[in-house]
Amino acid sequence: MEKRKENEIKNIYQQLVQKKVPQSSLIKDAIFAFVVGGLICDVGQFFMNLFLSFGISKDDVGYYVATVMVFLGAFLTGLGVYDNIGKYAGAGSIVPITGFANSIVSPAMEYKREGYIFGVGSKMFVIAGPILVYGISSSIIVGIIYYLVKMLAR
Amino acid sequence: MAEKKIGLHTIKLKNPPSILSTATIVGPKEGEGPLKDYFDIVLEDDLFGEKSWEKAESKMLREAVRLAMNKINLSPDQVDYFFAGDLLNQIISSSFAARELGIPFFGLYGACSTLTEAMSLAAMMVDGGFADITIAATSSHFSSAERQFRFPLEHGNQRPPTSQWTVTGAGAVVLGSKGGGPYITYITTGRVVDFGIKDANNMGAAMAPAAADTILRHLKDTGFTAADYDLIMTGDLAKIGREIAADIIKQNGYDITTKFTDAGIEIFDLTTQDVHAGGSGCGCSASVFGGYLYKQLINGNLNRIMIVSTGALLSPTSTQQGESIPGIAHAITIERSLMP
Repeated sequence: MEKRKENEIKNIYQQLVQKKVPQSSLIKDAIFAFVVGGLICDVGQFFMNLFLSFGISKDDVGYYVATVMVFLGAFLTGLGVYDNIGKYAGAGSIVPITGFANSIVSPAMEYKREGYIFGVGSKMFVIAGPILVYGISSSIIVGIIYYLVKMLAR
Repeated sequence: MAEKKIGLHTIKLKNPPSILSTATIVGPKEGEGPLKDYFDIVLEDDLFGEKSWEKAESKMLREAVRLAMNKINLSPDQVDYFFAGDLLNQIISSSFAARELGIPFFGLYGACSTLTEAMSLAAMMVDGGFADITIAATSSHFSSAERQFRFPLEHGNQRPPTSQWTVTGAGAVVLGSKGGGPYITYITTGRVVDFGIKDANNMGAAMAPAAADTILRHLKDTGFTAADYDLIMTGDLAKIGREIAADIIKQNGYDITTKFTDAGIEIFDLTTQDVHAGGSGCGCSASVFGGYLYKQLINGNLNRIMIVSTGALLSPTSTQQGESIPGIAHAITIERSLMP
């Protein structure tokens, strides 16, 4: 009985808080994310066209572009610019591969003071770690499904 | 028989200690805020010449204590006890500062409520006749708090509108059995209150019920109303938490709205300084009280105020394990002169 009353009060309070909390502006945030994310993709496309014009094959050009974009993301993080972009762009700058570079370089910079082993080395993947673990795991699962479907379809 | 206790949880000090001096050191962002002229030292570089944020924070705390002592020509040997706490794991800012100071030390953890927790205990120590001079101090640092509680500084994430900005600041308060005021006269100690808020980006809402609980108990215990106070200031409820706390107090029959502010709202310009809901951290109430309010009391612009520092007692581990955020708030009354 006591517990139930307590939960009731908590529920009422949480509803009250929900009413008071200002919401993020979804439309504004989405537009920023779209524009900045789009611009990052434009930069990627620019490098892709550039590399293609150098005569790099279509199969290989993705590696070249990814390398340049990761470098740019890491470079802007090092200059202290990327977090300011992220403040406005949100997912627009987190989702592209430049954001992946940011999520690895930023903890590497932050934890340098704890040394190269227990600082940089172990904390580097503190944000990107889960993405890698679940990205690789799910790609393995998808690969197995693909293999089975292909075998059955034969 | 506890002869100094009145009501449920309030102490009326019989030999009210006097605040002999205060000192505040803040970071560059705080030094651009509306209270910039009231701080003793505004750092140009928030590393304070040190190699890490943690070292910088500890130095801020240490130097604030030294400055507060120097202002009244006090040597560490003359101080009986030093009460301090901060937000870092194992309160290293405080204990590393105490290592240099050499004053008998009580380390405290009350999250951002530490200023009034330390002042409560330091005042009781003097009032009880256990000490002539005590020091209460606390600190917080945006960068050391971010890396412990949230993300690396250079990580490009977005902060929700309810989030608060940890104040880079340290404050020290020297209390003495002799002195001409302002005096600490009442102490209402907080209970841990938890209404089930789990969002670590909305700490104001998590702490508001604790602040309301302490303020209400204080008013009931003492018989005071809002009219008896010139100002009631909570520590770091910020914009949303202050509104909620004021509502709860009103529902319980006390209207303090016109006297009620929050240090997290006062220290920054919420519209131009990109701090979202306002400031937070131990250094928030410490620098606003030690810098701004203390001078207002000395000048006579304020006569009786209540400071209610508020703390969110979470840890990164408790949040990850899905625990809600318990809040606490400690109230102290400070009066410019003693009633005859």
